[in-house]
Amino acid sequence: MSAEAARADGHAAHGADGGNWHDDHGAAPHGSFRSYMTGFVLAAILTIIPFALVMGDVFSDTRVTAFVIMALAVVQIVVHMIYFLHMNSRAEGGWTMLALIFTLVVVVITLAGSIWVMYHMNANMMLMPHDMRNMD
Amino acid sequence: MSASVSPASDGEKVVFYLEKDEHAHAGSSTALGFWLYLMSDCLIFAVLFACYGVLGRSYAAGPTPKELFDLPLVAVNTAMLLFSSITYGFAMLQMEGGKKWGTLFWLGVTGLFGVAFIGLELYEFNHLIHEGAGPWRSAFLSSFFTLVGTHGLHVSFGILWLVVLMIQVAHRGLIEDNRRRLMCLSLFWHFLDVIWIGVFSFVYLMGVLG
Amino acid sequence: MFSNPDFWTSVFGRLSFESLPIHEPILVATFAAVALGGLALLGAVTYFRLWGYLWKEWFTSVDHKKIGIMYVILAVVMLLRGFADALMMRTQQAIAFDNPGFLPPHHYDQVFTAHGVIMIFFVAMPLVTGLMNLVVPLQIGARDVSFPFLNNFSFWMTTAGAIIVMMSLFIGEFAMTGWLAFPPLSDITNSPGVGVDYYIWALQVAGVGTTLSGVNLIATIVKMRAPGMTMMKLPIFTWTALCSNILIVASFPVLGATLALLSLDRYVGTNFFTAGLGGNAMMYVNLIWIWGHPEVYILILPAFGVFSEITSTFCGKRLFGYTSMVYATVVITILAYLVWLHHFFTMGSGASVNSFFGITTMIISIPTGAKIFNWMFTMFRGRIRYEVPMLWVVGFMPTFVIGGMTGVMLAVPPADFQFHNTLFLVAHFHNVIIGGVLFGMLAGINYWFPKAFGYVLDPFWGKLSFWFWLVGFWVAFGPLYVLGLMGVTRRLNHFEDGSLQIYFLIAAFGAVLIACGIACFLIQLVVSFLRREQLRDVTGDPWDGRTLEWSTSSPPPPYNFAFTPVIHDHDAWYDMKKRGFKMPLSGFQPIHMPKNTGTGVILSILSTGFAFGMIWYMWWLAAGSFALIVLGAIIHTFNYHRDYWIPADEVARTEQARSVAVAGD
Repeated sequence: MSAEAARADGHAAHGADGGNWHDDHGAAPHGSFRSYMTGFVLAAILTIIPFALVMGDVFSDTRVTAFVIMALAVVQIVVHMIYFLHMNSRAEGGWTMLALIFTLVVVVITLAGSIWVMYHMNANMMLMPHDMRNMD
Repeated sequence: MSASVSPASDGEKVVFYLEKDEHAHAGSSTALGFWLYLMSDCLIFAVLFACYGVLGRSYAAGPTPKELFDLPLVAVNTAMLLFSSITYGFAMLQMEGGKKWGTLFWLGVTGLFGVAFIGLELYEFNHLIHEGAGPWRSAFLSSFFTLVGTHGLHVSFGILWLVVLMIQVAHRGLIEDNRRRLMCLSLFWHFLDVIWIGVFSFVYLMGVLG
Repeated sequence: MFSNPDFWTSVFGRLSFESLPIHEPILVATFAAVALGGLALLGAVTYFRLWGYLWKEWFTSVDHKKIGIMYVILAVVMLLRGFADALMMRTQQAIAFDNPGFLPPHHYDQVFTAHGVIMIFFVAMPLVTGLMNLVVPLQIGARDVSFPFLNNFSFWMTTAGAIIVMMSLFIGEFAMTGWLAFPPLSDITNSPGVGVDYYIWALQVAGVGTTLSGVNLIATIVKMRAPGMTMMKLPIFTWTALCSNILIVASFPVLGATLALLSLDRYVGTNFFTAGLGGNAMMYVNLIWIWGHPEVYILILPAFGVFSEITSTFCGKRLFGYTSMVYATVVITILAYLVWLHHFFTMGSGASVNSFFGITTMIISIPTGAKIFNWMFTMFRGRIRYEVPMLWVVGFMPTFVIGGMTGVMLAVPPADFQFHNTLFLVAHFHNVIIGGVLFGMLAGINYWFPKAFGYVLDPFWGKLSFWFWLVGFWVAFGPLYVLGLMGVTRRLNHFEDGSLQIYFLIAAFGAVLIACGIACFLIQLVVSFLRREQLRDVTGDPWDGRTLEWSTSSPPPPYNFAFTPVIHDHDAWYDMKKRGFKMPLSGFQPIHMPKNTGTGVILSILSTGFAFGMIWYMWWLAAGSFALIVLGAIIHTFNYHRDYWIPADEVARTEQARSVAVAGD
């Protein structure tokens, strides 16, 4: 971990003098055996729980199950990001983190926006046959 | 160097250029560049997820996810991908220890898990098509096949890349260029596992939930 | 063997002699002209023995400056094609009153589709990418971009896309769907021909290049800045380039994915956008505008950057409100993703959705307005030199403000229900794209030409070109605003109401004026080349510039900077001049540079083959080309020796020659 700390200091120095001229030699942040295993165990647990919830019909209300599945998925994505992809706010002077956050914002806009917009269009424009009869 | 760049007051000697360049490193941008590429790939999946979100209930009087999806199979598939993630991690640990054959061994194991994943996925697709639930049956199935299939294509190219890298590592050893490439593939491989979390949660589990 | 249809189909797919448009006199004449011109060009290149030079020094070059210049050349060539389409449309609409005119609907529809596609993807985009390539590394004190080979590959993929569009002119047909190819018109039942497939594959191939070039330039700006250049000391053009490339990386994949879904509908028979089996055509419209709106800002942001650089240079002042300019750019970048639905208010998503997108759209005008004020305050009490680049800025400001205001009119959803798909919309977006993007790019070409070639462009023809463009623009599009307000829809082939004809005649006259503007620009290039000795600039700094690109020689040496500059101010070169910077004359070091490679050219030729195979259902060609692309990429990775050193004494000789030239001036 001392190498990691030294690199972090290097980045702090960049922050002070701006440019990234004298960069570390392409070394990416990396994990240890311990961190990989932690990530693996957490990911396995976070995968087994939602499968068990659905396959065992644990909750009677499907909305609760759906919410739990999506919440666990988000947690698992964070686990993968930290333990497998080694995301942190220091790597590459914070630019990878910034890129990730920006991408997540755009992904959420694309997903939520499309669903919202198309739901409203369907609600307004796709008239069911009985609505048609009520039209005139 | 940090002294040379602090703005000097007038009259003081100001440094306008570096007399000696530190050796500008060829691969210093690669990690960021490859990450940016992954972010752009993320948006391709965003579009496919959005399509599934909007069209995923348009069954066109055809089969529904509840009737089609075989959760035990999906669970095995998920396990394959998760195992391949940790074995890739082991390969990276071997690489950092400078152990060429250890790296190659774990890369090989990773590739086999990847092949198993693709094999199971092809089996599932084949099964669905034989049941008359091909991608042309309904908008739901179109978006399902495209989303899962695009992920599968990525994994397939990942396997191809892995094989090429294994040849290059075997040939030239763990030189800096190869280490950089292994690091990029590692990002790619783990990224695909992240996408798969979205797929099994949003498509399979939520689909079976109805 | 021609009598065996199975054999013919398996080899040539859908291609047959009927695919060649020999029954269309206009196309035959065009083909003859293009073929003769092309043969003359190839003959000249062969006669002057330029093939080796072109291949070694240009086609395979990984030098960002040369790639930038090649992008601009591609854009100018494609501008001629796109503008020919425009002239044909204006002529058709000016004469087709109570008669069918000279363009039958199936041809006319291809013309307006090709015009839109070419002008956006193969004129505006290469101009923007070209200028960014040329200028950004110089402005940040770098020797090249982050991934020089990728840069060459990106250029050739863009060119391959342009070539695929051009092929459709003489082999088969182009899409008749409008520039975004909305289904259900673009699906396989309504467009069974090859036109939509040409459209899809041209954009897919070019899109790969655009996305990779975006990744490349972001990495360059983030990682290759000279020491001392913090983000808030970044020249403003580089800032806008950064934001523009962020938009590229975060939006072109959406275009690619959407077009891929459309091709799945067409090739495999899926039901994403079909009318039956649960498909939803409006989902295509939704997705393509999620790309389409950011695309508009991809084009305009670098133009804003050009205007900022030129304004501060030719007013001899620091840019007013640098910080607010940066924030405005960043805010526009984010807001660009929140407005896409304003392109289809009439879809019927209802009041809540439409008001959300109407309001976000209007909010965008605030940072844009802030920029306009910043430029005006920069000019205020400046010593303004009205040279050609500055003329474009001054022409841009009122033109763009009017275009922006009609945009706000369109952003009001109830009003948009009247304007939607009318010529008012057509006039609006030409107003911002010509008045903003194109004026910006022509300003940029006039501004940076001396940096790229070592001599300034002839001012007389430049001024003439400017006035023709400015006046021509208003004469051509003013009448369209009026017609649009009267309710005339776009893309009409002929008209019955004779009272409208006078407006179309005026618009056609405007198009002729713009044609004169383009001609003057071409003459300007030729005249400047012929008078290059009188127009020569040996200082490397003809405009008394303020940013780092003016500190090197013109054209810059392959390594750009013999010593890596150290930056203290965002007007770095102005700061250096003010504090008495002297060019270093000794102590040169060897410089590490990337080697040229032909891989980019080869991969793009294979991509063209792949696209052609897919378009014409020649599956063997598509599969073979694809396999070769993968193979070629793999082989490329086995080459570990991609760079070389420029020896110190060669650097010393180059720098010596420059100081002699400057001293002799």
